[in-house]
Amino acid sequence: MIRLEKRPRPSRTFAWATPLLAVLATFFFGGVLFALLGKDPVQSILTIFWQPLFGEFSFFYRPQLLIKGAPLVLIAIGLSLGFRAGIWNIGAEGQYIMGALFGAGVGLAFYPAEGVFIFPLMVIAGAFGGWAWAMIPAVLKVRFGTNEILVSLMLVYVAEQFLASMSLGLMKNPEGFGFPGSRNLQQYPSAHNAEIITNSGMHWGVVAAMIAVIFAYVLLARHRLGFAVRVTGEAPRAARFSGVNPGRLILFCLGTSGMLAGLAGLFEVSGPAGQVSIDFNVGYGFTAIIVAFLGRLHPVGIVLAGLLMALTYIGGDIAQSQLGLPAAAIQVFQGMLLFFLLAFDLFTNYRLRFGRTEAA
Amino acid sequence: MDLSAINPILLIAALMSAATPILLAATGELVVERAGVLNLGVEGMMITGAICGFSIAVETGSPTTGFIAAAVGGAVLSLLFALLTQVTLANQVASGLALTLFGLGISSLLGQGYVGVKPPRMPDVNFGPLSEIPVIGPILFSHDPLLYVGLLLVAGVWAVLRFTRAGLVLRAVGENHDAAHALGYKVVRIRILAIMFGGALAGMGGAYISLIRVPQWTEGMTAGVGWIALALVVFASWKPWRVLLGAYLFGGITQLQLNLQGAGVAIPVEYLAMSPYVITIVVLVMLSADKSAAPGSLGRSFHASS
Amino acid sequence: MKLTTLFAGAAVALGLATVAVADGHEKTKVGFVYVGPIGDGGWTYEHDKGRLMVEKELGDAVETVYVENVAEGPDSERVMTQMALDGADLIFTTSFGYMDPTINIAAKFPDVKFEHATGYKRADNVSTYSARFYEGRAIQGHIAGKMTKSNIVGYIGSFPIPEVIRGINSAYIHASKVNPDVEFKIIWVYTWFDPAKEADAAKTLIEQGADVVLQHTDSTAPQAAAQEAGNVVTFGQASDMAQYAPFPRVSSIIDEWGPYYVARTKAVMDGTWESMDTWDGIGAGMVGIGEISDAVPADVKEEALALKAAIADGSYHAFTGPINKQDGSAWLADGETADDGTLAGMNFYVEGIQGDIPQ
Repeated sequence: MIRLEKRPRPSRTFAWATPLLAVLATFFFGGVLFALLGKDPVQSILTIFWQPLFGEFSFFYRPQLLIKGAPLVLIAIGLSLGFRAGIWNIGAEGQYIMGALFGAGVGLAFYPAEGVFIFPLMVIAGAFGGWAWAMIPAVLKVRFGTNEILVSLMLVYVAEQFLASMSLGLMKNPEGFGFPGSRNLQQYPSAHNAEIITNSGMHWGVVAAMIAVIFAYVLLARHRLGFAVRVTGEAPRAARFSGVNPGRLILFCLGTSGMLAGLAGLFEVSGPAGQVSIDFNVGYGFTAIIVAFLGRLHPVGIVLAGLLMALTYIGGDIAQSQLGLPAAAIQVFQGMLLFFLLAFDLFTNYRLRFGRTEAA
Repeated sequence: MDLSAINPILLIAALMSAATPILLAATGELVVERAGVLNLGVEGMMITGAICGFSIAVETGSPTTGFIAAAVGGAVLSLLFALLTQVTLANQVASGLALTLFGLGISSLLGQGYVGVKPPRMPDVNFGPLSEIPVIGPILFSHDPLLYVGLLLVAGVWAVLRFTRAGLVLRAVGENHDAAHALGYKVVRIRILAIMFGGALAGMGGAYISLIRVPQWTEGMTAGVGWIALALVVFASWKPWRVLLGAYLFGGITQLQLNLQGAGVAIPVEYLAMSPYVITIVVLVMLSADKSAAPGSLGRSFHASS
Repeated sequence: MKLTTLFAGAAVALGLATVAVADGHEKTKVGFVYVGPIGDGGWTYEHDKGRLMVEKELGDAVETVYVENVAEGPDSERVMTQMALDGADLIFTTSFGYMDPTINIAAKFPDVKFEHATGYKRADNVSTYSARFYEGRAIQGHIAGKMTKSNIVGYIGSFPIPEVIRGINSAYIHASKVNPDVEFKIIWVYTWFDPAKEADAAKTLIEQGADVVLQHTDSTAPQAAAQEAGNVVTFGQASDMAQYAPFPRVSSIIDEWGPYYVARTKAVMDGTWESMDTWDGIGAGMVGIGEISDAVPADVKEEALALKAAIADGSYHAFTGPINKQDGSAWLADGETADDGTLAGMNFYVEGIQGDIPQ
């Protein structure tokens, strides 16, 4: 009889080993899946994981990891604070959209004026947009006790409609021959979030993600607010006794995650994406939830998880074009990776005991 | 503007059909949440049910067999979630999201040969002269069988939760799993069964879209309905009849929005399109005063030794 | 062995290229970037059929690759770059949102040819191509105007963009030409892809009295709704949707990208490829008109076929004056035809259509 026994404290060894085990298990079962689809499993997995990092064109793909990973990390860092405290912001996608709309709106309003103040203003507007959108579920939760999971989720759909409305109306490029979509901010130097070093993939969003990681790390490790976050998640009742104000904590966690998601949206719309368009959002807000959990809600873990997710996207696209793997197979593969990571996490907090059940 | 073009009787009949996928999925999720488990993978289970139901209905020529297959497909997929959250005690939010990702992928792999195929049609239930009654006939007696199955399921879930011992045990497990365990109930087993029930209903909801409402197979065709179903459960404060009310309200707003457009009402379309979500939020706020119904152990992992 | 497989995996593209060059018979590599899944049964599905036609027609001389579900923005730039690095000679980018990414990447790979669908930005190595679907709409409008008994024609629009508005105008002009009493009810679903919503929109239109439903969305949901209603006429969109023929689907507009893709690939092979703007219609075969079924009265079918022939040989333009704009101001004088610039950016209804274009 196999039995689970809770460890007195999470195992450090397993905290590091389980992701590796999960990746190996995914390789195996993913390989089986690829083989079933008639593709060479070894080659498929190498294409996904090896080629972007060490293949012939890695000089191009490595910077792409930053571009794809930065918004994921930035959003996931914010979400992880709330998740640790048991505050569930599922609507980062909406906050990401609103950040992009506010930020791009400011930039477009100044067009064609040039000035060094424009981009910083856009950054502030983007952060505000995301923050404000997250404040709706936050205030409703504090004031009325409304469930934040659902309100934030519903607001994603509302934000998507705003996005469509803006791309077709107010923000439509007046020189775009009536086609939807705003002016391209890449062609407007004062508003362009350009690469800081050419071909490095480093844009201001990457910098912001790094700052957010350090900020979150210090906050959680050293600051009183970080303590409040941790204790609320682990023992809500104890948190009240130690003087944590739950309302303020909700406002802080949702506000911060909204702000970071808004920033991610702003940096994306003014940089890699370039314009407000109907299909501007590509699901970073939802993928970031997965990234936050993969990273065990820990800032360093989130960076690794964000890069890993980015790698599977980039490698997945390569595998599609080189090997003809369907996009759906890549999706299943990503799903497997998550399943195994989540399942193996068990060993961090529990150990297996073989033998007879003792009296409970 | 021509509001006379809107026929309220047909509007009600249409909203009942439009609401059925959400109703099925939300009723299943209600049972899952009443058992104390939050499964955010409804969308993934629905789309898997949609393709399982579609492919089997096409292969066998029988929509009924299709629906059974959809329920099985949804339940099998939910078993993955059950394994993760009940056996390996993984976080439920993350597992649910992973399930959706996985379900979307697996469904499009399964559905590769079925694009552009027309499925066998499920005939409406024949109520004979009843369907000829003015007003009531078109509203109540002119639908496909699954719509009535959905209604019966709501009633059944309500009755079981309220009047039976099984319902009592399920609620006990959801309210306080430690206490339920101390009383000798098999918390994990009950939850796994609840999760599978939820999966089966979500699968049927998905198949309702691919076999009756649309009907065709295309990748990602559930287009977010699973998320609406999740919202509905909380909206209904975990009460079956309110799920029905919520589903009809949501379906009704969507239908009304389309009807107003058709009638040429000059409200900006994008605001009409966002109205169902905004109204859901408003209702959520109004109902959130009533917190009595939220299962106490919702979303928390259970381990016997903890 | 491990090391060799590693390198084999990593150097597939280059390996192929060098081997091919060695025997002097290089395979032409053609890449396709798709915005949706190839299983969407509509837009992307039809583009992929075009890709398969290239493979079939040109056989061993070509190799095609594709990536589906590519988001517009940085993801599309990455996928295009990757194809170019892997040795693609010609890349088709099949969504309007790929316009700026295509231009960006084309500037970095001057030796690779790019073809962008439905956009308006070109470069030395970037062509654009699009189909005059509005020509097909004219034929649909004609049949719709003749066949409606309630004089209410329903129209399901995706987003209010010029492409869709052009279709509505073209259909309306030709419907009202044969039936001055015809009225268009337009529902915007604000999504490219949500079959359930399309089904709802179609049912709503039918309930509001429409007995002909035109759709600018790609699912068969409206066909099924019409079939259930029993007496409602529909038209296939993007693909033939022949599974609903002969009724309710009485004809269809089919996206025929294949011949164009084959021609452009051949042009790359014999070095005659040039940057150009292609906007082809029925005449060139880019817009296919699905068989008009017997549910359409013989005389109407004959007129429709005559209209199709006139459009195809260029003797008739779907937007021929006199046409006024919705507000009554003159747009085209008698006999004047619309210029492509106005058509491309069309953002107004013609006279007679009720309601406003959502902004």
